[in-house]
Amino acid sequence: MTYELETAIHPEKLRRVAIDPVSRVEGHGKVTILLDDKNQVHQVRLHIVEFRGFERFIQGRPYWEVPVMVQRLCGICPVSHHLAASKALDVMLGIKHLTPTAEKNRKLMHYGQMLQSHALHFFHLSSPDLLFGFDSEVAKRNIVGVAAAHPDIAKKGVLLRKYGQEVIRHTAGKRIHGTGAIPGGVNKSLSSAERATLLKDAYQMVSWAHDAVQIIKQLYTATPELYDVFGTFRSNYMSIVAPDGGLDFYHGALRARDADGKVIFDQIDYQGYNDLIEEEVRPWSYMKFPFLKQLGRENGWYKVGPLARVQNCDHIPTPLAEAERKEFVAYGKGQPIHATLAYHWARMIEMLFSAEMIKELLHDDDIEGSDLMTTGTRQPGVEAEGVGVIEAPRGTLFHHYRVGEDDLVTMANLIVSTTNNNQAMNTAVREVAKKYLNGKEITEGLLNHIEVAIRAYDPCLSCATHALGQMPLEIAIVDAEGTVIDEATRDHRGLTRPQ
Amino acid sequence: MNPDMTEPVSSPLVSSTFTLDGDEIPYAPGQTVIQAALAAGKYIPHLCYHPEFKPHGSCKLCTVKVNGRPASSCTTAAQDGLNVESETPDIKDKRRTLVQMLLVEGNHFCPSCEKSGNCMLQGLAYDLGVMSPHFPQIFPTRPVDASHPDTLLDFNRCILCELCVRASSEVDHKGVFALSGRGITKHLIVNSESGRLGDTDFAATDKAAEVCPVGVILKKRVGFAVPIGERKYDPVPISVQTVSHTHKKETV
Repeated sequence: MTYELETAIHPEKLRRVAIDPVSRVEGHGKVTILLDDKNQVHQVRLHIVEFRGFERFIQGRPYWEVPVMVQRLCGICPVSHHLAASKALDVMLGIKHLTPTAEKNRKLMHYGQMLQSHALHFFHLSSPDLLFGFDSEVAKRNIVGVAAAHPDIAKKGVLLRKYGQEVIRHTAGKRIHGTGAIPGGVNKSLSSAERATLLKDAYQMVSWAHDAVQIIKQLYTATPELYDVFGTFRSNYMSIVAPDGGLDFYHGALRARDADGKVIFDQIDYQGYNDLIEEEVRPWSYMKFPFLKQLGRENGWYKVGPLARVQNCDHIPTPLAEAERKEFVAYGKGQPIHATLAYHWARMIEMLFSAEMIKELLHDDDIEGSDLMTTGTRQPGVEAEGVGVIEAPRGTLFHHYRVGEDDLVTMANLIVSTTNNNQAMNTAVREVAKKYLNGKEITEGLLNHIEVAIRAYDPCLSCATHALGQMPLEIAIVDAEGTVIDEATRDHRGLTRPQ
Repeated sequence: MNPDMTEPVSSPLVSSTFTLDGDEIPYAPGQTVIQAALAAGKYIPHLCYHPEFKPHGSCKLCTVKVNGRPASSCTTAAQDGLNVESETPDIKDKRRTLVQMLLVEGNHFCPSCEKSGNCMLQGLAYDLGVMSPHFPQIFPTRPVDASHPDTLLDFNRCILCELCVRASSEVDHKGVFALSGRGITKHLIVNSESGRLGDTDFAATDKAAEVCPVGVILKKRVGFAVPIGERKYDPVPISVQTVSHTHKKETV
């Protein structure tokens, strides 16, 4: 199934429909659909058309700049990059344990990030589709329309997001692109006043997050004939889990399950991620396609993010979210849920978990501590390296750095959450295209079905195209009969043609 | 008398004055216009001026009009009855242009620069209302020098103020730094056979290690230990901090 509908045999005879740009997602991407005279779908691709270059321009920079520089990959979840980089550099510096104050302030920052990002995605980006219908009036299918029709829902969405942003501001110094985490710890802890300010609204946020789970649960269970089948396909899934198997967004070890829920691997230290995951480059997208090495590129692709995490963990360590998780799992009747739209349900359970975690962390006195930094002994040898992994809002995020003896970065590799979901998103849009578009006259509403499938993954296309110099661009010139006239590859050696 | 004009002189016996933007500014014999102005709590923008060193007159940020004619306030001796204009729209426009040119000549990426918030160039840019680079970026290629165990040189941010050159030769007596080249190719160099800082006798405790007004000479392995909002120019704009940058230590 991996390559079904990826490449049409005779594209030159087909009509091309493009959704460009895909709206209500972070960053720029487009979908192209090739149709024949009878509107039968022959090819569907989600292309990522941004081109950036973080992995390359971090090289040669001093390592202490990295957590602050790489977060500029994204304006939505910079905290994830900030923390993943800091964690990787902790390892590089030989720091095994942070002080409790540092660890808890980083966690608080991260859970604030999860809360605001999930709220943004559900209320601002996706709720218009879910509340009004995928082919509802396009002028109203947005957050302004939601505010007019459901002011209470819109208000909660805006304020939940705002609260998450305030948690970030108090821990990182700014709502976006702060500097809270530094290799070895943090540069500030919460003051008593900041803690009191955040605590004041913490219970309200838990309550609203709980309401949000009820909204999506009702929507989902009221129309299972849509939610259960829309863009549904089976796949593996992966995330980090805590040592006890619990849900943890900040730290843990890797676990993957297959489509039946059977564990493929568990509690694998992510320092060795390179042995587990490989990335495939395809010529038509700037976003790579990762897969689990042991299963191969055909069968090894996987889902990450809320749907993977909520089903991959054994439990959620906060009571309200755990109760919701149990109900969610029970809905699957012993089988993993693979429905694309179930992402929304799982995401709201995670938002509730985040709100509960924020409340718990704010009750912990360590959050105001003054012991902020730890030192370690840097790994011996000319080059030291470290891998940092975190569960970002969109899924598992890998940061890997090597640092030379002179403290300059020699190598950076990032596998961002959205990249992990690349194959899954492509498969989802193909499933939707097959089911809803085949043989029909294309309308805006039908095309929005494609976007709805992509949006469920909450992709961040800006983050996903951070690489430069590692993805060769392959060009083939094909005549009307499909014969290749000329081909060339452009990579770090320049333009080359096959001998 | 203070022939070198290196120290701001404040004498209780001041009797002479000049006017700066209409205000009477007292001065002591031997003081320059900028010294007297700063001592009186009036800020004149500057980058290459430093109270502990001889006036340099190169950055031109401190340009004022003295009796109607442009002059560097750091090299103009205060005299009785001078009419000095500084905060006029015309002069501020020119200062803004100078800062914009400095910003496009180097590679100034404030977001990931450790000096952000403690940087005089950034502070001035904010103060003068620089909202965009205005000019096309030159994006010069200037590799960093990380050869020294304790100090990083990031030439991308050099504005050629020569404070490190002066500090290294006049105070440290090491002559580690110099400027080379002419015009647009002028650049900071390190006086060692390899051209690398690690092959000099530079030490992180040198005076030259602490005078850089921008983010060229940085202590290694220290980054962002001071949160945003708590750095020198975060709470109060540079123009309100009339004492020059070494009078008040950076928050490091």
